[in-house]
Amino acid sequence: MSMTQDIKSNRLPNSEIFDNFSDMTPPLTEKQVLVASERCLFCYDAPCIDACPTDIDIPLFIRKINTGNNHGAAKEILSANILGGSCARVCPTETLCEQACVRNTCEEAPVEIGRLQRYAVDRLDKSLPYPFTRENDTGKHVAIVGAGPAGLSCAHQLARNGHQVTIFEAAEKSGGLNEYGIAQYKLVDDYSQKEIEFVLEIGGIEIKYCQALGRDISLAQLREQHDAVFIAIGMSDVNALNIPGEELAGVEDAVSYIRDLRQEDNLANLPVGRRVIVIGAGMTAIDIAVQSKKLGAEQVSIVYRRAQSSMGASEHEQELALKNGVNFICNAQPKQILGDKSGITEMQFCRTELNSSGKLITTDEVISIECDVVFKAIGQKFEDSPLGGGEKPHLDNRGRLAVNENYQTSLNGVFAGGDCINGKDLVVEAVDHGNKAAIAIHQQLSKNTAPKTQL
Amino acid sequence: MKKNANLACEFIGIKSINPFWLASAPPTDKAYNVIRAFEAGWGGVVWKTLGEDPAPINVSSRYGVHYGQNRQVVGFNNIELITDRPLQINLDEITQVKKDWPDRVIIVSLMVPCEEEAWKNILPLVEATGADGIELNFGCPHGMPERGMGAAVGQVPEYIEMVTRWCKQYCSLPVIVKLTPNITDVRKPAEAAWRGGADAVSLINTINSITSVNLETMSPEPSVDGKGTHGGYCGSAVKPIALSMVSEIARNPETATLPISGIGGISNWRDAAEFISLGASNVQVCTAAMLYGFKIIDDLCDGLSDWMEKKGYQNISDFSRMAIPNTTDWKHLNMNYKRIAHINQDACIQCGRCFAACEDTSHQAILKTGDIGNREYTVIDEECVGCNLCEITCPEPNAIVMKDIDTGQPHLSWLHHPANPYREKP
Ligand SMILES: Cc1cc2nc3c(=O)[nH]c(=O)nc-3n(C[C@H](O)[C@H](O)[C@H](O)COP(=O)(O)OP(=O)(O)OC[C@H]3O[C@@H](n4cnc5c(N)ncnc54)[C@H](O)[C@@H]3O)c2cc1C
Ligand SMILES: Cc1cc2nc3c(=O)[nH]c(=O)nc-3n(C[C@H](O)[C@H](O)[C@H](O)COP(=O)(O)O)c2cc1C
Ligand code: SF4
Ligand code: SF4
Ligand code: SF4
Repeated sequence: MSMTQDIKSNRLPNSEIFDNFSDMTPPLTEKQVLVASERCLFCYDAPCIDACPTDIDIPLFIRKINTGNNHGAAKEILSANILGGSCARVCPTETLCEQACVRNTCEEAPVEIGRLQRYAVDRLDKSLPYPFTRENDTGKHVAIVGAGPAGLSCAHQLARNGHQVTIFEAAEKSGGLNEYGIAQYKLVDDYSQKEIEFVLEIGGIEIKYCQALGRDISLAQLREQHDAVFIAIGMSDVNALNIPGEELAGVEDAVSYIRDLRQEDNLANLPVGRRVIVIGAGMTAIDIAVQSKKLGAEQVSIVYRRAQSSMGASEHEQELALKNGVNFICNAQPKQILGDKSGITEMQFCRTELNSSGKLITTDEVISIECDVVFKAIGQKFEDSPLGGGEKPHLDNRGRLAVNENYQTSLNGVFAGGDCINGKDLVVEAVDHGNKAAIAIHQQLSKNTAPKTQL
Repeated sequence: MKKNANLACEFIGIKSINPFWLASAPPTDKAYNVIRAFEAGWGGVVWKTLGEDPAPINVSSRYGVHYGQNRQVVGFNNIELITDRPLQINLDEITQVKKDWPDRVIIVSLMVPCEEEAWKNILPLVEATGADGIELNFGCPHGMPERGMGAAVGQVPEYIEMVTRWCKQYCSLPVIVKLTPNITDVRKPAEAAWRGGADAVSLINTINSITSVNLETMSPEPSVDGKGTHGGYCGSAVKPIALSMVSEIARNPETATLPISGIGGISNWRDAAEFISLGASNVQVCTAAMLYGFKIIDDLCDGLSDWMEKKGYQNISDFSRMAIPNTTDWKHLNMNYKRIAHINQDACIQCGRCFAACEDTSHQAILKTGDIGNREYTVIDEECVGCNLCEITCPEPNAIVMKDIDTGQPHLSWLHHPANPYREKP
């Protein structure tokens, strides 16, 4: 971000920023865990399991915590979801397992599944043997593109089954958005890297960094040199506003700003606008708004073209933003951003309303808000250029990779999962795709007995 | 302190402002505690058991616990002995407190060797304190029996009868015999006490127990320097056992008129009312006071008094033993009676616990339909035997109701049941 208008670093003292970015939901204490785990009813055919994309046996792991068998609880979680530790921290549980908990019905408070899950995974006993074993080498070799949650879970599952896995990762670090995207205060202490170390302990997985599909290696090559390919490259493009002024300095893509934030050692160094506008209504909008506030922005407004009730972000997340002093402006459609070479000064919006047939229309009323920075958080897009010019897998009607129920693309032996296929775009779902694709790949490889020539 | 007029009662001629006494144990070990108890409103105390000098010495690490959910103490046990203070100090304190609190009851608990001389010596000393009565501790299950006292006496009806007789002979105070539950048939020691001339029995004392084993040190708890021994179990976990024993004595024709002081796991006014309805004339409390302090007396009195008021009972004796006629032998139960479970869908939270319980371990009488989100659990009336398991396991208070079914058939007990080869012909 260039230093224009009122954009500067060190808006808050270092110590305050440090506090602001500490663990937002701190770990439960032993006594809290006793109370929280006691509340689980050990439901039969529990609705919470069904609501977890990775089908973690929630009542069972909570019971194990309650009996003091924390290691067993951790194994239970990790065997369904190898990234159970980060999921416990980043899952929007209020829309997943905890929403389904039967304790909501009469007590309006679910069992704190996410926090219990974190407690258990944190207590995996490292003095005991690694909880997973690797089958004998099958001689099969699978290429995975992208070391995000989908790629990592697929790799672990395949490695357990005795296959050799090579992950090609464009970035310098693995973890995908766990490393580069998730709000800092949800995943503290370099958790993602520690978790990956644990994933790799299974053996048989090699990660090749700075190897981008479409730049350093082609899909055709991968197919030729491996028995199967799993594409898990997420979404690397973002939607545009398509309004005048979008190209001005000070108009930023939220995801790339967060990417810089997540890699910054001294957060006070980051340039922050005094008055910030965030365009969008999802998790990314909330994240960039809250993190801007925490970095010292004075005024942060999330502006959304529809009513607040239509926002993609859950109520829980909206509350988080409110608590952090973010204000919401709804029914306002971006019109233009004004400014000059030195940066932007204001953004104009048209008031919207629903017409008689329920369609969103803009009115003549124009609102203008002064600002130093505008963050675009209106959604990411799948970028298909890495797939190259040759034989390409088909895309679906949303422009992402089309897959069948086995997560196989239109190309034989090429599978895909995570954000690059259609879904809820959550870490836990990416893990689920990775698991299921691995099972399908394993089944397919078990059928063709003759291994291909190795790299 | 509030006065609840309807709680004033008389037990074997001893007047008490309410039916709540503190049982012989640490809460009644010395004047300091007893005065605090009286200030809080307790009707009486059974002073911590006195013995012959020299007083025994206790070990360090004395209690072990059995926890339920959330560190709730379901029960605990102890390996303490009788009072570890010199006899004269106790006697002096009893004299003074009784003088200062004339409207409160002080019963003195005693345990001396099973020899006539020993009893003959101590009884006059106790009588001289002005105490209202004595309680013979034939129950202590740990330590003292190894020295031929406590449960060692309580387990032999002949000894009970003999010692009780000495007590009646050598002092004029009312005699309560405190029974041990560590026997097979509690009616036998009660009958022995009756024959010996006891004015009443009190029960139960604590139950032989080991609360837990420390899996690191492999020592039972409470652990004394790495070793443990069985101790006396008390607290709400023992209530069902005590209730049954009290009812056995009340139902036994031999002892049907023998007054009973009910003890064992009484934690609230409801427990007290249950003991009284099954045969007790008053109750004694130990563990609940040890866990929460003397202030619980307020709820005990208030709750019992208000409940009696609502029920129209003028005093304790109005409902004493009222549940005895309904306590019978299995063979008299009506085999034509039928009840079945009914699930109230409005209160059900779809946890499926009733289903797991009935399907896995009972009669496959609960039907599970629909998908998660609109799941429904219903009872298959024809399969339900009315065992109550689902109602017991259900976490929601009003979700499962057991409903009486009118079978239109007359009362039929096993004694007359056609399937009984030994049935009594009418
Ligand atoms: C700002 C933000 C906040 C979020 N917050 C949450 C949250 O709180 N909770 C939650 O559950 N989800 C959250 N999500 C969504 C979540 O991060 C994703 O759904 C999840 O990370 C998807 O995993 P993935 O493995 O499919 O893709 P990614 O995590 O995107 O990983 C893709 C990997 O592929 C690599 N890659 C990309 N292109 C290439 C290429 N051409 N060649 C080789 N490698 C390549 C990338 O470097 C990356 O490592 C958030 C997303 C964003 C953007
Ligand atoms: C620590 C402790 C010490 C006890 N000491 C005696 C005692 O000296 N004499 C006696 O008769 N009973 C003794 N008891 C038994 C109690 O008086 C009572 O009978 C028993 O605890 C059951 O009642 P509760 O469940 O209300 O505690 C003791 C109990 C405890 C917990
Ligand atoms: S729904 Fe809630 S109470 Fe039931 S098993 Fe899941 S977490 Fe436990
Ligand atoms: S309660 Fe605790 S402090 Fe008091 S005597 Fe017992 S062990 Fe010691
Ligand atoms: S146990 Fe109770 S709440 Fe749970 S499903 Fe059965 S009836 Fe409903």
